Amino acid sequence: MAGKVEIGETSTVVKKRPKMKDKTKETWAGILFVSPLIIGTSILVIIPIFMALIVSFTDYVFIRGMGEMTFTGLKNYTRMLTDAQFIKSLVNNLILLCAIPVSMGIALLLATIINKYVYFKSLFRVIYFMPFISSIVAIAVVFQLLFHPSFGPINEFLMWLGISDPPRWLADTRWALATIIIIQIWTGLGFNLIIYLAALQNIPKELYEAADMDGANFWGKFRRITVPMITPTSFFLFMMGIIGSFKSFELIVVLTGGGPNYATSTLVYYIYERAFLNLNSAYAAALSIFLLLFLLVLTIINWYGQKKWVHY
Amino acid sequence: MKWNIYKLITTMFMIVGGIIFLIPFIWMLSASLKPEAEVFSYPIQWIPSVFMWENYTAVWTGEFLLAYWNSIKVTVITTVIAVTFSSMAAYGFSKIQFKGRDILFLLILATFMIPAQAILVPQFIIYQYLNLFDTHMGLILLNSFSVFGTFLLRQFYISIPDDYIHSAKIDGAGHFTIFTRIITPMVLPGIATYAILVFIFTWNDYQGPLIFLRSDHLSTIQIYIAKFASESGIMYSLTMAGTVSAIFPLILAFILGQRYVIEGMASSGVKG
Repeated sequence: MAGKVEIGETSTVVKKRPKMKDKTKETWAGILFVSPLIIGTSILVIIPIFMALIVSFTDYVFIRGMGEMTFTGLKNYTRMLTDAQFIKSLVNNLILLCAIPVSMGIALLLATIINKYVYFKSLFRVIYFMPFISSIVAIAVVFQLLFHPSFGPINEFLMWLGISDPPRWLADTRWALATIIIIQIWTGLGFNLIIYLAALQNIPKELYEAADMDGANFWGKFRRITVPMITPTSFFLFMMGIIGSFKSFELIVVLTGGGPNYATSTLVYYIYERAFLNLNSAYAAALSIFLLLFLLVLTIINWYGQKKWVHY
Repeated sequence: MKWNIYKLITTMFMIVGGIIFLIPFIWMLSASLKPEAEVFSYPIQWIPSVFMWENYTAVWTGEFLLAYWNSIKVTVITTVIAVTFSSMAAYGFSKIQFKGRDILFLLILATFMIPAQAILVPQFIIYQYLNLFDTHMGLILLNSFSVFGTFLLRQFYISIPDDYIHSAKIDGAGHFTIFTRIITPMVLPGIATYAILVFIFTWNDYQGPLIFLRSDHLSTIQIYIAKFASESGIMYSLTMAGTVSAIFPLILAFILGQRYVIEGMASSGVKG
């Protein structure tokens, strides 16, 4: 494709030296090209962060204007300490984070099998990637019916297996979060899988050949070659998983509305509930700032923690 | 090709596993074509006793069609704008030398880590102030400035040698001509990858319309389906016909661009 463009030939005809004027021209061109993105991102992301910070120290509510707010100091922040629903949401968020390695483990195992031990590789990539591209709303609605406590197919199947008292899934405070996690693993598996599949191509074949000569079995090779060789990818997926775990928001809005009794409320859902259902905007802004700091700390821990387990 | 017996057996097991993995989709499709009374019959009747195409004609009416049209409109316009802005920025960040470029890029990249939900409150304030709240324009702008897209496309632009730009400049071409006529046509696979991804993400977006739209006549398909499912709770077969219709364009976009989507996603993770 590149060869079709014949522009290199005339280059010997005129030789221009870059002058100062060209340099300013370059700068203007550069600014022009990146400005739509920069302006949009500034208005929609960067300015809002500072606004959230300011609003978090006030008693602002949506229906009143910006002019009518008063500064209340750290009141919104101290309120979090005694807010049981906030603490519950935070704990739920931490539980969701624990589900990330599970999803990654399943994905790596599947990727290893698909990479070397099956025919029709691309068919399997498509199968496992399907949930990732489907709409969360559609998935949520389907799973709501599949997990229906009294006549959903999953419980019918469990009762057929002889379990007379199957869990009530989304309607049960003990099971609701687990149900969300199951759906989330199902949805996110495909992404982890294709990233792992791509990374597996980069592991030198000689390592496996040497292991084969030493008589290593599938598990031995998986544990001692695949897993350690792939740690940079695992690190990337773990970081993406953290961001993704906050996205469980949409699933929660459609499926449970944070319930029953805050059993599935997460930080992000709680922010949404405070801001848009209870119209408690200033407190929601403070919660948002907490979320940003929380993410920042997680990222720093990860960044320094990676030295312990990531091999480059 | 020589068939290996162990590989064949593994493939067979994996296909069974794959079918089990896809059961929610199969169930959805099957329920959407059943008479209402059969939806929850057990053991599951995978193939409906009669094919109820009427379920679809019952769903495809007034409000549903409007929501569908709204989604198509918002998604197509967003895709065009997002691809334009991201490819421009990707070109600027990779092929034009200017002061502060790399610091600016890192700053923009850092915003990728911020979950959208953390800035909903101030975004809402800004949208009301700019009169963008409850408009399609607002919803379109919300997804039009993609840092992820810029990052993804930059990977493609960077792989094109600078020589093309130098020679074109000597021929008197400016950056606009180089961008539109020479370099962008060379990274079309990257553009296709990103276009399909924005299409999928925007079509699926539920949070944006949930928060930034209020009027019923502006609803996108995701909002409509969620509402339909909770309001007409009893008509499960119709709900399933609705969800099948809502994910159909995606499955189509995905199957057509399967190679671009998967490889594009994979390259963003591995090379990045």
